Amino acid sequence: MTFCRLAGLCCLALLLTGCSGNWGWYVVDPTVPAGLNNLKFLLSGLYYTLLLSFTAIVISIVLGLAVALPGLSSNRALRRFNRVYVELVRAVPILVLILWVYYGLPQMTGLTITVFWAGVIALALSDSAFEAEIFRAGIQSIDKGQYEAAHSISLSYTDTMVYVILPQAVRRILPALGNQLVYMLKMSSLVSVIGMQELTRKANELVVVEYRPLEIYTVLVLEYLVLILLVSAGVRWLERKLQSDQRG
Amino acid sequence: MITVENISKKFGDFHALKSVSLEVLTGEKVVVCGPSGSGKSTLIRCINGLERHDDGLIEVAGHKLTHTNASLRAVRSSVGMVFQQFNLFPHLTVKQNLTLGPLRTRKLSQSDADKLAMSYLERVRIPEQADKYPRQLSGGQQQRVAIARSLCMEPQIMLFDEPTSALDPEMINEVLDVMSELAGSGMTMICVTHEMGFAKRVADTMVFMDHGEIVEKAPPEQFFSNPGTERCRDFLSKILAH
Repeated sequence: MTFCRLAGLCCLALLLTGCSGNWGWYVVDPTVPAGLNNLKFLLSGLYYTLLLSFTAIVISIVLGLAVALPGLSSNRALRRFNRVYVELVRAVPILVLILWVYYGLPQMTGLTITVFWAGVIALALSDSAFEAEIFRAGIQSIDKGQYEAAHSISLSYTDTMVYVILPQAVRRILPALGNQLVYMLKMSSLVSVIGMQELTRKANELVVVEYRPLEIYTVLVLEYLVLILLVSAGVRWLERKLQSDQRG
Repeated sequence: MITVENISKKFGDFHALKSVSLEVLTGEKVVVCGPSGSGKSTLIRCINGLERHDDGLIEVAGHKLTHTNASLRAVRSSVGMVFQQFNLFPHLTVKQNLTLGPLRTRKLSQSDADKLAMSYLERVRIPEQADKYPRQLSGGQQQRVAIARSLCMEPQIMLFDEPTSALDPEMINEVLDVMSELAGSGMTMICVTHEMGFAKRVADTMVFMDHGEIVEKAPPEQFFSNPGTERCRDFLSKILAH
């Protein structure tokens, strides 16, 4: 709840400074029709910010796990694949990857890629290298005895992973996965450069019309702030729930 | 039931097992003792393929152990193992710990697996703990759950790797009681343990290991009253002194 209070204080401080003369809150004043319309316009980007981020995080988690598992293999070629993937993908700036996927990939493959899917692919690819490292660390932190116990009751590799190792690893890496989700929500703003109609793009478009960047970008900051505080609270709730599961 | 012929195992430069041979008959109870680092744990871990032996032959319940998946599965399906640190699955309830193997590898239905789990929990005398998580149980209770988990796979052979070494003294007996009862039921068992009272009561054969070799192998009466080697006499005098 301290976070809610903090957010409230921020809003109050901004509103108070707004009274000092240089601010023109009328652009987003919900009590006048024009302001209300502008606010609605800004908030209409929320749908794509959420859809983009959540689609990308799901894909990047699956991809990250698929890259992490070869990294834990006893086979040297598989481990090498993991290293090369992580190092390469991690080295490309996310904005560059977005541009490359949107403008470059269709030319290379002949496929048409929509703005949305270009954004999802770029965000998911970029994040998957980090997810892979998180999964690897999480899986490696599980005691060897757990594998031995699983072997001793004849579980297959897949069953050992699905029923014994991953459920424990995921509980341990949940805070790190939560961080990645927050990171993803913020990075999704970059997809505005290729025309994705998410929060940042909407703000940019409104600024061009209204010439009030201070107020509009302040609202944008608050939008991300509230969104991310809500997501963080959700992740912490999930952590607590899973922990209490283990204690019964 | 178990044939071990001239197996060797090295960890880097350390020779954990030096050409060890051991024959265990159906229903036989073998207790293995010896100083730490003598290779006793390595020996039983080789028998169910948790360690890969470098040399020699292991045959368990008619299956030759070769470290192919098929061979490992065949051997492990007839061998249960209990570990010093219990190694229960902490994210699953006691009952789920017991039913996981039967559900996934023996393909039992949920209700059959539940029935099986409850019958073995009763056998280790903690049916009332079925829905708790491992960490809510005492060490002795956890080890009994681990024994029940192995038994749910209905093995022909049980291996015990120092099952009471991580327990508080007052909990050792409840685990030994369960093991004694299991021995009475005719299970083939190999136990690595320093509990000599238990060994005297239960063992058909005592094995003493030192420096990766079986130094002495004898029935318990002879083993305890008249050990044949200096090293064994020395070891016994140390652990039986008080």
